[in-house]
Amino acid sequence: MAVNVVGAARSSVRATGDRVFQLLLASMAAGIPLIMGLMLVALVAAARPAIERFGVGFLSGSTWDPVAGEFGVLPFIYGTLVSSALALLISVPLGIGTAVFLSELAPGWLRSPVRFLVELLAAIPSVVYGLWGIFVLVPWVRTVLTPALKGTLGFLPLFTGPPLGIGMLTAGLILSVMVVPFIVAVSTEVMRAVPRSQREAALALGATTWETTRKAVIPYARSGIVGAIFLALARALGETMAVTMVIGNVPQIKASLLAPAYTVSAVIANEFAEATQDLYVAALVYAGLALFLVTVIVNILARVLVFRVARGPGLIRE
Amino acid sequence: MINGMWKVAPTSVARGAARRRTEAELQRGRGNFAWCRVKWNLGCILLAVVVFAGGAAAQTVTLNGAGATFPFPLYSKWSQVYAEEKGVQINYQSIGSGGGIRQFIARTVDFGASDGPMTDEQIAQAGGRVLHIPMVAGAVVPVYNLPGVGQGLNFTPDVLADIFLGRITKWNDPRLSRLNPKANLPGTDIVVVHRSDGSGTTAIWVNYLSKVSPMWKARVGEGTSVNWPTGLGGRGNEGVAGLVRQTPNTLGYVELAYALTNKMTFGSVRNKAGQFVRPTLSSTTKAMDGALRSIPDDYRIFFTNPDGKDAYPVAGFTWILINAEQADAIKGKALVEFLWWAIHDGQKYAPTLLYAPLPKSLVTRVERTLKSVTSRGQAILQ
Amino acid sequence: MSFVSFLCTVAVLAPLFLILAFLARTGLGALNWDFFTKIPGAAGEAGGGMANAIAGTVVLIGLAGLLGVPLGVLGGLYMAEYPNARLTTLARFTADVMNGVPSIVMGLFAYVLVVLPLRHFSALSGGVALGVMLVPTVMRTTEEIVRLVPQSFREASLALGIPQWKTILRVVVPTAAAGIVTGIMVGMARIAGETAPLLFTAFGNRFWNWNIMQPIAALPLQIFSYAISPFDDWHRQAWAGALVLVAIVLLVNIAARAAAARQVKLR
Repeated sequence: MAVNVVGAARSSVRATGDRVFQLLLASMAAGIPLIMGLMLVALVAAARPAIERFGVGFLSGSTWDPVAGEFGVLPFIYGTLVSSALALLISVPLGIGTAVFLSELAPGWLRSPVRFLVELLAAIPSVVYGLWGIFVLVPWVRTVLTPALKGTLGFLPLFTGPPLGIGMLTAGLILSVMVVPFIVAVSTEVMRAVPRSQREAALALGATTWETTRKAVIPYARSGIVGAIFLALARALGETMAVTMVIGNVPQIKASLLAPAYTVSAVIANEFAEATQDLYVAALVYAGLALFLVTVIVNILARVLVFRVARGPGLIRE
Repeated sequence: MINGMWKVAPTSVARGAARRRTEAELQRGRGNFAWCRVKWNLGCILLAVVVFAGGAAAQTVTLNGAGATFPFPLYSKWSQVYAEEKGVQINYQSIGSGGGIRQFIARTVDFGASDGPMTDEQIAQAGGRVLHIPMVAGAVVPVYNLPGVGQGLNFTPDVLADIFLGRITKWNDPRLSRLNPKANLPGTDIVVVHRSDGSGTTAIWVNYLSKVSPMWKARVGEGTSVNWPTGLGGRGNEGVAGLVRQTPNTLGYVELAYALTNKMTFGSVRNKAGQFVRPTLSSTTKAMDGALRSIPDDYRIFFTNPDGKDAYPVAGFTWILINAEQADAIKGKALVEFLWWAIHDGQKYAPTLLYAPLPKSLVTRVERTLKSVTSRGQAILQ
Repeated sequence: MSFVSFLCTVAVLAPLFLILAFLARTGLGALNWDFFTKIPGAAGEAGGGMANAIAGTVVLIGLAGLLGVPLGVLGGLYMAEYPNARLTTLARFTADVMNGVPSIVMGLFAYVLVVLPLRHFSALSGGVALGVMLVPTVMRTTEEIVRLVPQSFREASLALGIPQWKTILRVVVPTAAAGIVTGIMVGMARIAGETAPLLFTAFGNRFWNWNIMQPIAALPLQIFSYAISPFDDWHRQAWAGALVLVAIVLLVNIAARAAAARQVKLR
């Protein structure tokens, strides 16, 4: 009897201890959704004057005139989208090529060091990319790349205007270097997740390594690779410092890739600390809010796509 | 596995370490004692940092200021000298005049700095009486980077306005080459460089362009940041100077000190009297002299397009913005004493950095203004 | 085709070597004792260093750690130990999404949350911005690591009648500790290089500062403002700063990798 009572008391103490501990941990885990929620609330609150004043038209307005108090972010959105698209145009083929090399072709001893080097590329701070951009990439684009492009493709409206070195193209180039590690890492990962049976089946049918990769591995991993691209896109959309330093900071929509442009994140970085009227500040926060929502959506898409591939093989294996 | 890749670098690395730990611990049972020690030590260090941080706060007075990039070389010199002489730290961040005004209104800084005056609306927002304390005067000069073309291109007001309006686009435009018959102007596009941030240098420049060009006034207007018809944007005087230096065929505008310290090529501008005047210390002073009698009590004035045969036509004051009533008595005292020093001893650093010092008569006026600064209703300077 | 994919790899890695080589060449020449011991000189004058910025970065990372480490580690523990809870799914999802939120937005957030109410730019607000960025990284690494701790450990402990909370604290955490610490280190190395969130929070300071309520200098901020300045001496110092920053980030990464690889062959 007495023993039982002690035992019960101890187990209830233990249960209370566990309960308290679980609550503590849970409150910490809940921290992150709370922060995210708080972020949304804080941004919406700070952006409210602009939201009320401009509504959705803010996104399609093309005048950014702090003097007149007129704010439309279309040129910035254009700059963000085009520079990111350029970055993907360059980094997607290179990234997937590298992922194929890493997951299908590279000998074992090479895999790990190369992957590590790619990871280092992601670890270099954005401001260092910007510094390198200003002093190395910009002069190179001005003196080598631009004349070459104008000489060969100058008839296209894409490559007109004076050779500045600063502009959309340079921003796209630097962004492509910055996002390629994400494509490589995630693509390699999803390709590695393709079940061995897929490859073996193809090889058994007499396919070469390359054919196996193209016909069996890549189609299988496709949605995961798309996810990787989305992930890279989210990075490119939000990248700030390196872009600010090389894009020229002019809110305009020009067909030429050699012309300077501006991005949403760059305008926030440049103008936030000095926006003079409340409406101006609110407009910048509103732009930040739009950027926030877009990157969240792109990230969610990326995650869903990658998740699908990650789950897929598991089911088939069993 | 896949989830790990969302962070690329950390996971695979850390995962390996964990596995290692896992295996090692398997054999040894538990090695947590050492880890507890490490954690405890880390905790102590962090605590010490926080305590130290709190303790250090009381010792030195730091005044935080932000704003104009135009006087930054001078203010950073003052800051260095004043910290050595008086032990008071003036932390000045050159974020642009627009930023200076904004942060001053938001009271995130102890003083603002601007070379475009606050508007009446902004002063109302700031609340209370706001003082513009003039520090020095400076000139805004057209700088260019044209391979093969040296110093001193001539510009007329209308040509400058049309270039910045995007109406003159080539360096060898007849209107430009007529002004500069000797210069070998190339047929390349003129790349206009302006400020991407809110700027008093811009305010002076566009105030001038508005005075000389009705079209500029109608289409663009005035302010610390405007909707530029053409050109590249650089952040701060530093940014514009950097862009112009590194990009051929550019034309921008910076404070005279930036042009000279960076050995940039800059032009002369035709003034009201019809003379082409090269921006120098003395032609800036002449511009100030031309306007001296009309300086109002709040000192809000530009020296653009002034009278005077030798006056350079694009110049202005750079002000430090303070509240006439200082909430914090200690900081308020430190601030007013610094400003007092700046308009007296500090002035001797101005000419070497190519800013025009305040004339004697003006210093006397500013002294009176500084004496009117109060804290809790009491005058700070007796 | 194999060759093409090899070429892609070379092209992807080329910028890394170009950047590192250029950094080493330009940065090394500008590195000297003053750089590590002096504060910035007056604009345009030669001399001075970035000592205060290096210290500032350390303070900011410390502050970020105060916020990010407990939240991240404990939250990660929860996710690993209660994998089926609905909160786990939610937290994991938000952590992943938050990892992709642009750093400039984190700066806006910290400005609205800390700078505006306190009416001061401060090291604290910079620490908050960086700390918020640190949380998801630490959380997800911790989760991954803790999940690798064999179930048998927990079962053995529970079978001895040790309560679950004690089991987690005394058995699970120590087992995973090295991995967790490595994860924290790598996470901190990553935020050490962030500039955008500090632009209107930490704000920069040309003097030493140990007061967390005052603006503080940071290495990446200093590099940025020196890089866009027109002064040659500042350009050189920007390169030196970048070299130091990259060296720290890479060393932490390499050390973490080496520590991991010494005993376990990855994959």
